[in-house]
This record gives sequence, C-alpha cells and structure tokens, in this order.
Amino acid sequence: MDPLSLKKLNALRRERRAAILLTDLEDGRDRVIREGDTVAGALGEAVARAFRSGKSGVVEIDGRTFFLNVHLPEPRLVVIGAVHISQALAPMAKIAGFDLTIIDPRTAFATPERFPGVALHAEWPDEALARQPLDAYTALAALTHDPKIDDPALRAAFEADCFYIGALGSRKTHAKRIDRLTEAGVSPAALERIDAPIGLDIGAATPAEIAVAVLGAVIAALRSRGPGDRSVSA
Amino acid sequence: MSELKQSDETRDPLMIAEDWMQAGRDVAIATVVETWGSAPRPVGSHLVIDADGNFEGSVSGGCVEGAVVAEAADVLTEGRPRMLEFGVADETAWEVGLSCGGRIRVYVERLG
Repeated sequence: MDPLSLKKLNALRRERRAAILLTDLEDGRDRVIREGDTVAGALGEAVARAFRSGKSGVVEIDGRTFFLNVHLPEPRLVVIGAVHISQALAPMAKIAGFDLTIIDPRTAFATPERFPGVALHAEWPDEALARQPLDAYTALAALTHDPKIDDPALRAAFEADCFYIGALGSRKTHAKRIDRLTEAGVSPAALERIDAPIGLDIGAATPAEIAVAVLGAVIAALRSRGPGDRSVSA
Repeated sequence: MSELKQSDETRDPLMIAEDWMQAGRDVAIATVVETWGSAPRPVGSHLVIDADGNFEGSVSGGCVEGAVVAEAADVLTEGRPRMLEFGVADETAWEVGLSCGGRIRVYVERLG
C-alpha cells in the first residue's frame, strides 16, 4: 500500500467522509477514491455500487482484477428530546452499534441520572449541532413534541441530508408541522423525507416499543441508503 | 463534542499502521478480499503486522492469524504482495484451517 494512500484514507475517515481504497491486485498499485469523485467506465459503475451498498469486494474489469475496500463512517443517531422513549432508545442504539447523542435544552429532562453513560447535551439543538454537525451518515429522531426544539433540528437534518429523519407526533401534529415548515420555506421534497408517524409500523404502544420501532426504521434507512434510493428508506 | 467517543481509534488497524509507519517501523497490511461460506471476519477486514511480528486487528477469528503473520515477514523482506487462501480444515492442513468451514482469500502487502 502506498503510504500516501494510507494517510489520505485515514484523514478522510477521521473527517467522517466516505472513501474507497482501490487496489489493482495484479500490480499492487492503489489509490483513494472519495465519494463524489468521477471515475469513468465500468470501474466507475463498480465504485458507485460499492459506495451505495457499503460492500467491499473484488471486481474484474477489462481483464484486470481490482479490490474495492469501502470505508463508510460509523452511523450516528442524534435524538432530540431527553424523553421517556429516549431512555429506552439509548441502550438499544448502543447495542445495535450506533454512536448516540441526546440533545434537549430542558434541564429537568436532560439529566445524567436519567441517562447514565449517554452523550447528553442540555442545550438547544442549534448550539449542540454547531459543534458536532449532522451529516449523511447521521440519523435524526425528533422526539420532544415541541416545535421550538424539534423544528430547528429537522431543518438542520434536511440541510445535512441525514440518512434518516423521523419526528414523533400524531398525524394531526405532523400536519401542523408540515404547515409550519412549509411556511418557513422548506421544500416539499425535504418534508417528504420525514418519517411520521415515527418508526416502523409494528403497533408500538409503550415508550420502549416505540424505541424499537424507531431503531428499526433507522436501520432500514441505513441499509437502503444511497443516491436515488431515499424512497425506499423507512 | 469532544466528550463524545469516536469509534475507537486506538484499536483501528489502519490508524495503527499509520502510527507505526510514522515511528519508522516496517509494516505489512493483510486484507480479507474474498470469503466463501461462513467466514468469521467480513471482506475488507485488516490485520497489520510489523517486522518483529507484532500485530493488530484480525482477518479471522484467530484461526489463521499465525500463518498470515509468518507470510507477512516474507512480504516485508521481498516487497512483493501475495495472495493467501485458507480453506476448510482437513487432516493435512488443520493448523491453518477455518474451523467454521468457510474459505477466505487474504491479500498481504508491504506498506511503502
């Protein structure tokens, strides 16, 4: 491996950018391809497929054998609202391998006693997200029911193209949310992306069951991620 | 958010390889490039090895790491990458077989 390739690859991984290390298995040469880089021909198609699926593998192109090692950032889950559902969601998300952050400016909710061992920020979403911005490998679940807290976070999620955007609330609550966000200038296509009522349709009744439904929807979105693939997201 | 734990960099084989390289150590990188049947580590997994046989990461559940480390020593000396294949354990090759019954191909190359 070229030392420069390794440095470049690791730098991209630290920045939470998707990258592929392409190795020609005949001559051992390698290079780093960033998501969005233009790669021509059949190799370009294989590269696009690999970014979409996240699957590494060997491909044969024009008689040459290449290995594509796909490096996607670790999925993150940002939860807006230190609520009862979040208390159940936090340990579940951890078990499922998600790096979880909870944001809620209401200090009565966001206490370490209620969320032991969780990255918890008793701040407004705008403040917390300024330090750790959302990105395409982050899921956002807005669970406060409070437009003052949820709406700014949702708008940040649209802008960052989060792979999953969910918002808690009845159909009525959601209709009001759509009205508010439309008035604020959010596009219908962005609003379409909100998973509401939140979570997989499993008839969840308790806070813990709703947490299961939310986590299931996040996983479904993660595993079907990719350009042009949003419609099949949960 | 500085207090947020990133994925554990101290155990990431490619980060370790870079640290070792910066420290002037010779490093070999082994990568699982293909698997068939049940394999303990997915395609893309890494084992990094230095000239003294220190290693980090894994390409199997511990079944073939010893053999990969031995091959890596040759790759470090010769400089040419090689492709290794490990299959179902049988009576003649039980020491380096995969007890799970799968088959893997591991690409071993020198860094630099």
